[in-house]
Amino acid sequence: MDQPDQKHITILSFGYFDKDFLDKLAHPVRFELKTDVSIREAHLDLSEYFDPSRRQYNGNRLLKTVDEMAPPDSLKTIGLFQVDLFIPILTYIFGQAYLNGRSGIVSLYRLLNERYGMAHDENLLFERTIKEVIHELGHTFGLIHCHDPSCVMRSGTYVEDIDQKDAHLCSVCREKAGLK
Amino acid sequence: MAKQISILIVDDEETVRDSLYNWFLEDGYHVECAENAKQALAMMESGHFDIVLADIKMPGMDGLEMLRRIKSLKRDTMVIVMTAFATVNTAVKALKDGAFDYVTKPFDPDDLSHLIRNASKQIVLQEENETLKDHISSLERVEDLVGRSEAMQKVFREIENVAPTNSSVIITGESGTGKELVARAIHANSPRKFYPLVSVHCGALSESLLESELFGHEKGAFTGAMYNRKGRFEMADSGTIFLDEIATISTKMQIELLRVIETKTFVRVGGNKEITSDFRVVCATNKDLKTLVDQGAFREDLYYRLNVVNIHIPPLRERIEDIPLLADYFINKYCTTMNRPLLTIDQAVLDRLALYPFPGNIRELENMIERAIVVGNGKKIMLRDLPFGKEILDNDIESLDEFEKAFIQQILNKYSWNISRTAKALKVDRVTLYNKIKKYDLKPSDQQI
Repeated sequence: MDQPDQKHITILSFGYFDKDFLDKLAHPVRFELKTDVSIREAHLDLSEYFDPSRRQYNGNRLLKTVDEMAPPDSLKTIGLFQVDLFIPILTYIFGQAYLNGRSGIVSLYRLLNERYGMAHDENLLFERTIKEVIHELGHTFGLIHCHDPSCVMRSGTYVEDIDQKDAHLCSVCREKAGLK
Repeated sequence: MAKQISILIVDDEETVRDSLYNWFLEDGYHVECAENAKQALAMMESGHFDIVLADIKMPGMDGLEMLRRIKSLKRDTMVIVMTAFATVNTAVKALKDGAFDYVTKPFDPDDLSHLIRNASKQIVLQEENETLKDHISSLERVEDLVGRSEAMQKVFREIENVAPTNSSVIITGESGTGKELVARAIHANSPRKFYPLVSVHCGALSESLLESELFGHEKGAFTGAMYNRKGRFEMADSGTIFLDEIATISTKMQIELLRVIETKTFVRVGGNKEITSDFRVVCATNKDLKTLVDQGAFREDLYYRLNVVNIHIPPLRERIEDIPLLADYFINKYCTTMNRPLLTIDQAVLDRLALYPFPGNIRELENMIERAIVVGNGKKIMLRDLPFGKEILDNDIESLDEFEKAFIQQILNKYSWNISRTAKALKVDRVTLYNKIKKYDLKPSDQQI
């Protein structure tokens, strides 16, 4: 587990995650956003966020909670979940974040190949997760969706969209986020 | 994104507003929210929104009523209605009332993205369309119509008055005065300007060709009619048809024309299906149609049908004050076309042009200027660059009398001293010509004897 410092990104994991999987996440995020990454386990009673009529978890409320749970010394915080997220107007979301804010959430639920009738692919799941985490963190750095097809900030509404883009910010987004 | 699209979200549920707000913000749109229709309408009065995303069911004024008010307030605003599954019928009604589209809640993220992307594209296209329309309008100002004289100012006023109407117009004037340009100006300033202006030069076509040209023909209507062909009346649907040299059409065609103008329906040559076309008729002639009517050469009923408004363009010799302006205009036009530095025109040339009767009117002046630019090699157009009166110009004429003497001598020589023909060419009577011959002591030159 990485040691936190004054300016770091915190990834809070909710539910069971393989330790290696989480540890591996830290490096590409640190590399891309030039900020140290700390990974911590966190606990929530997710049943409070479950909407029985939709059989999904309320992403707006979870985001609010993660924002409240964000460690004070953390520059940005991402909550990592394994449940199916929704927001009232949309049938599902992969994740969301406060634009120019401190927090975001990402769920692996719809990033799994099995959801689409295909065999489990750990590497693909890892790549998709990195992209989604960097994407939502990008929003917290004030970045909006990018039209560059390879930029990680490109909007993706299907997993195939996520697979199409890279796990990197394009030069324009990098500059906008003040990472150059 | 070249233009930032602004979106107004109208929903009484805070969670919906917040969710959409964040979603669109991340997509780079300018987003604002209203919690009811009243607030939304107030925001629309003070600000501009390209897209309004509104829930149909809201307390107080519902989304449908709001849609109607938005459409009467700001017609171009795109309204997308959000509805629950049970109210699809209402959404369909919204579409009939002018909504751009509808989405049923909750919607698939991809559907929402596509919907907004399509609406944005439509907005950009609409704006491009408006820009292009303005551009076309500026191109269609018919700049070739030039004149400061009172006579031309009257023509401009008449064009301005008649253009917005649907009335038939007859443009009269000598050859080369710019009748087609006036027709173009009428069309370009009319509500029909975004539809075609179709010109037909009636004088250039035989009766059968003109019939086929105007009404079109069906395949096999006559030898050589290999395909169906649209006629000019059909092509001018929603636009204007310009019939030049209308006085030259045959009596049979006059009857046909009268019927088509009255009913706006016709049948293609060789066809049996009646075609309807909404066109405006503008005609031109260099003949006196009233005289032709009196002589029985032109149908009176057609004359009155066409002659709702008559615009007469005066010949150039009756508005010589326009010559310097026209000369400048053509110098500019041809120097630009030929990629030559702009020339000026010598005052002596303008003085001489003012004396010239210009039987070919503006077309003749235009040709003279074009020729002068081609043959001249200085920075100024001089008398020697002009094509007319070479013989006269070779002499050192300094007075108007000397010029008249030389000019009459030249015309007499041209017509071999045939007094009647010379008088006719000079548009004076024989007695006047004899008096001039006597005054200037003119005699046939050796070659003419």
